[in-house]
Amino acid sequence: MTHFGTILTGIAFSPNLKANVFETLRLGSLLNAKVVLVHVGEKTKEKEQQISTYCDAFPEFKNQVSVIWKRGKPVAVILTACKEQQANLLILGATRQEKLSKYYLGPVAKKIAKKAPCSLLLLIKPSVERIPCRHIVVNGLEHPKTNNTIQASFEFASALGANKVTIVEEISQSEISIKVDDDKSLEESTLLQEQILERESSRVSTIINGIDDSLKKDIIIKSQGIFGTRGYSIGHYAKIKRADLLVMNKPEKSTFWDKIFPQDIDYILSELPTDVLIIH
Amino acid sequence: MTNSRNIKSFFTALPKNIFAGFVVSLIALPLGIGLALASEVPPIAGIVTAVVGGVLVAVLGGSNVTISGPGNGLVGVVAAAVLLYADQSGLTGNEALYEGYLILLAAVICSGLLMLVLGFLRLGKLSNYFPSSAIQGMLAAIGLIILGKQFHIMMGNRISRNGNLEYLTEIPKTIIKTFYYNDTSLTFAMISGVISLIIMVFYAKIRNKYLQLIPAPMWIVLLAIGFSYYYELVLQLPNPIHPDYMISGIPEAHEIISNIPTPNFNEVGTLGFWAVVLSLTLIASIESLLSIKAVDKLDSEKRRSNVNRDIKAIGFANIIAGFLGGLNVVTVIARSSVNVNNGASNRSSNFFHASFLVAFIVLFSTELTRIPLPALMAILVFTGWKLAHPLKLIDAFKIGKEQGFIFLTTLVVTISIGLIEGIVSGIIATALIHLIINKSVLPFIRNILKPNVLMFKETDTNNYYVSVKNFCTFLNFSKLKRKLDTIPETEVAIIDFSWCDFIDHTVMENMSDYKEIFRKKGGTLEIIGLDLLDAGSKHPFGLRKILPVKKMLESTGVLTNRQELIKTIAKELDYNYMVRRKIETAYLENFIYFKTKTINHTYNEIGKKNTVFKVFDVEFYEGEFIAKEVVRSTMLYTEIDHDLPIFSIHREGLLELLYHYAGFKDIKIEKEPAFSKKFYIKGEDEEAIQQLITPELAQFLLENPSFHIESNGKALLIFTKERLAGVSEIKKMKVFAGELRKIL
Repeated sequence: MTHFGTILTGIAFSPNLKANVFETLRLGSLLNAKVVLVHVGEKTKEKEQQISTYCDAFPEFKNQVSVIWKRGKPVAVILTACKEQQANLLILGATRQEKLSKYYLGPVAKKIAKKAPCSLLLLIKPSVERIPCRHIVVNGLEHPKTNNTIQASFEFASALGANKVTIVEEISQSEISIKVDDDKSLEESTLLQEQILERESSRVSTIINGIDDSLKKDIIIKSQGIFGTRGYSIGHYAKIKRADLLVMNKPEKSTFWDKIFPQDIDYILSELPTDVLIIH
Repeated sequence: MTNSRNIKSFFTALPKNIFAGFVVSLIALPLGIGLALASEVPPIAGIVTAVVGGVLVAVLGGSNVTISGPGNGLVGVVAAAVLLYADQSGLTGNEALYEGYLILLAAVICSGLLMLVLGFLRLGKLSNYFPSSAIQGMLAAIGLIILGKQFHIMMGNRISRNGNLEYLTEIPKTIIKTFYYNDTSLTFAMISGVISLIIMVFYAKIRNKYLQLIPAPMWIVLLAIGFSYYYELVLQLPNPIHPDYMISGIPEAHEIISNIPTPNFNEVGTLGFWAVVLSLTLIASIESLLSIKAVDKLDSEKRRSNVNRDIKAIGFANIIAGFLGGLNVVTVIARSSVNVNNGASNRSSNFFHASFLVAFIVLFSTELTRIPLPALMAILVFTGWKLAHPLKLIDAFKIGKEQGFIFLTTLVVTISIGLIEGIVSGIIATALIHLIINKSVLPFIRNILKPNVLMFKETDTNNYYVSVKNFCTFLNFSKLKRKLDTIPETEVAIIDFSWCDFIDHTVMENMSDYKEIFRKKGGTLEIIGLDLLDAGSKHPFGLRKILPVKKMLESTGVLTNRQELIKTIAKELDYNYMVRRKIETAYLENFIYFKTKTINHTYNEIGKKNTVFKVFDVEFYEGEFIAKEVVRSTMLYTEIDHDLPIFSIHREGLLELLYHYAGFKDIKIEKEPAFSKKFYIKGEDEEAIQQLITPELAQFLLENPSFHIESNGKALLIFTKERLAGVSEIKKMKVFAGELRKIL
């Protein structure tokens, strides 16, 4: 089973256009998927010409690409196109914060990201040249979706030729129920930490065992438990380990409280540590 | 089994703890009476406080060798509150003061309740997160308030003024006035005060075994009582000291029990009352927390106090003390250090200190009226002076001008307006300074709510690794502290600030405390990633801010702790240490590792001409343009005097980034299967490499698996991780390289 049959991306005529299109087509060819480019706005001869030149750079893949020209509000157009085309993966580009080397999603992209009916790939620095994807970090949360997410990240790793996949289990403070007050409680909490780490790593290794060996070929698999706030710390980890791709579950539908307090996805969207893939 | 052993060790340690408790009670007696008198409450209140605190905190508390009792920090607030309510009572003299005292008791009880609630909400440590310099400034102000007020009584010139400032400014006037006393009884009072002050000042400087057997405050008490008896029995004359300047109102033991005051809760509905409650709570918890932290450092068994439990115990003790006519119970540093110095090993000494106080009052309460007030106040003047020592201000300025400014702001506001206003102004001043230094409010607003600390155990070394992002100041230090507290101090912890743009003095100071605790308990805590930050001053606790790239290349001259330690290593090895970056890095470029990377420069280098080793931090990047990633790592370079094949050896999964070895083969060493399974060996000349891996070398590498080794044919490059190494890691690297050279 493949997760990524149809890849969709919105295009706009900006200086980033070439890089965006190249990234999408390259990914499409590596994953052996159909690619749909959606342009919001007037269709002109020059624009059509330009895109077709870009597609020529991928001669063997060209016939898998279709372009949709549509007028309307960007958010609505892209979301409708996703549904109509039954896209499995939507690619969005990030914006770079002036002066600081921090990346985040622009307001339009953020709206799309929150409502997207499919998996999302957020690229922080699209490039015309291929940048090898070597290290993938994926979340190993205890959640029914995780299995699928890890499966998808191995598909990605194998297609992109990554050499390493790290499965990160975020352990939040609330899970370590013992509060450290003195030497005795410290000892107890250390013991509990070890137990949790062990439990988590055995849970993850069961998931890994269930993944087809062909996907795991030539990939170093590592499991790492980290202590921090869920959904956020994994980004911090990906950043310090300089991972090339971070793969995460799509968060649950937000409840009333989540609207007031930032939830996992907000943390990630407001400060992208690296390219991020959110699996639906 | 362990229980019976515990009981046994408790009883073997008992004599020591009884003795320590006795010595402490010798100080607690005069100090308790003095503090009560300075607070404008009946002298016995101080003793009640120490007894209640000593018993309850010993039974319920969570610290080990602390002493609890009346604290000097509270004198100012208590006295001000008592005088205020005395004024409002419509009575005069001692009756009015007693009215004020009864209302104060209600405030003490409420503050106890508040502390108890804070303790149960685990917020007792809240004041831990006030800026350090603001707390220092507040303590200095408290010292000045005590000193200012009691100085006049010590000199036999009791005055009554409205503001704390006036007491201070009138000190010269009082000194001049002492030369014109007409009444010799006042002169005698003054002399008793001055002699006591001299005893306090010089006691610590005289190293005499017999003299040191009795603490200085007790010497003062003994001398004063002896003086009084000398006049009464030998000279058969009345005591020459003015009766107004003698301690009065010490009741007999049975009177204490029958005359327990009833707290007056009439003011509970007013705002002013709750301001007093808040001040009492604030100071009681700050003073206790600082003392517990300081005493933990003195504890010979290096135990970690259960601060939260202690706060709860102190809160409860406050409630009881309030109902029995006592003041706020706090953990006190001076008495606690005496306790530790006299061999206390558990909380029982606190209990015995209380028991001895009870015994003193039962047996000698009438003798205590023979002590002149100025002599007692000299003890307080001395403690006040120690709190407000000018060196504290100088220290703050040494850490940074801005810290001095915060210190002064807090001090001035506390003295002239009040305590809560003082600490709040200190916090505001600190926040403003942080904004000015960073020239923007955005980084704080944007990141204040974001979790900024990540901790994990590095799977290969079992070290704890903590990374801090964005900024780390008193505002969000709790997040880092919570993580650090869960690391056993016997382990290795590496705190990486390289993703942090701004770190303040409060954090730096706390980190240094953590370092010391780890060192004492046999672990290590290392801080990395500060080298890129600009220090505000030469002081190790000065705040740090990220440098603009251009400036970073010009050395600022201020070394970080890590740099200082590297320098020390260099000195030990008789190497030179060079902070400055070097762009001459061609010698590194022919290593396989650097084939796909571009080196910017090396810095923090230690080495020497004609020696074989060189250790340095290297900054390089991979990829170009938008894909550029800057990496910093610590590496060791050593030249080998004979030719080697070109190779690279590293353990599976060691490097986070695997690189492509274009044209290099992965080599299997058939004769060393265990080695071959665990390590990747790559190189061109397979035959030479096969020969190179001797059983000895294979064994050595298996024992030291965490190093990456490369050869370029003439030299070796050794490193562990693609991040900067801590100092202990550098040392390990050096030892490893030495051994490896021998084998090769």
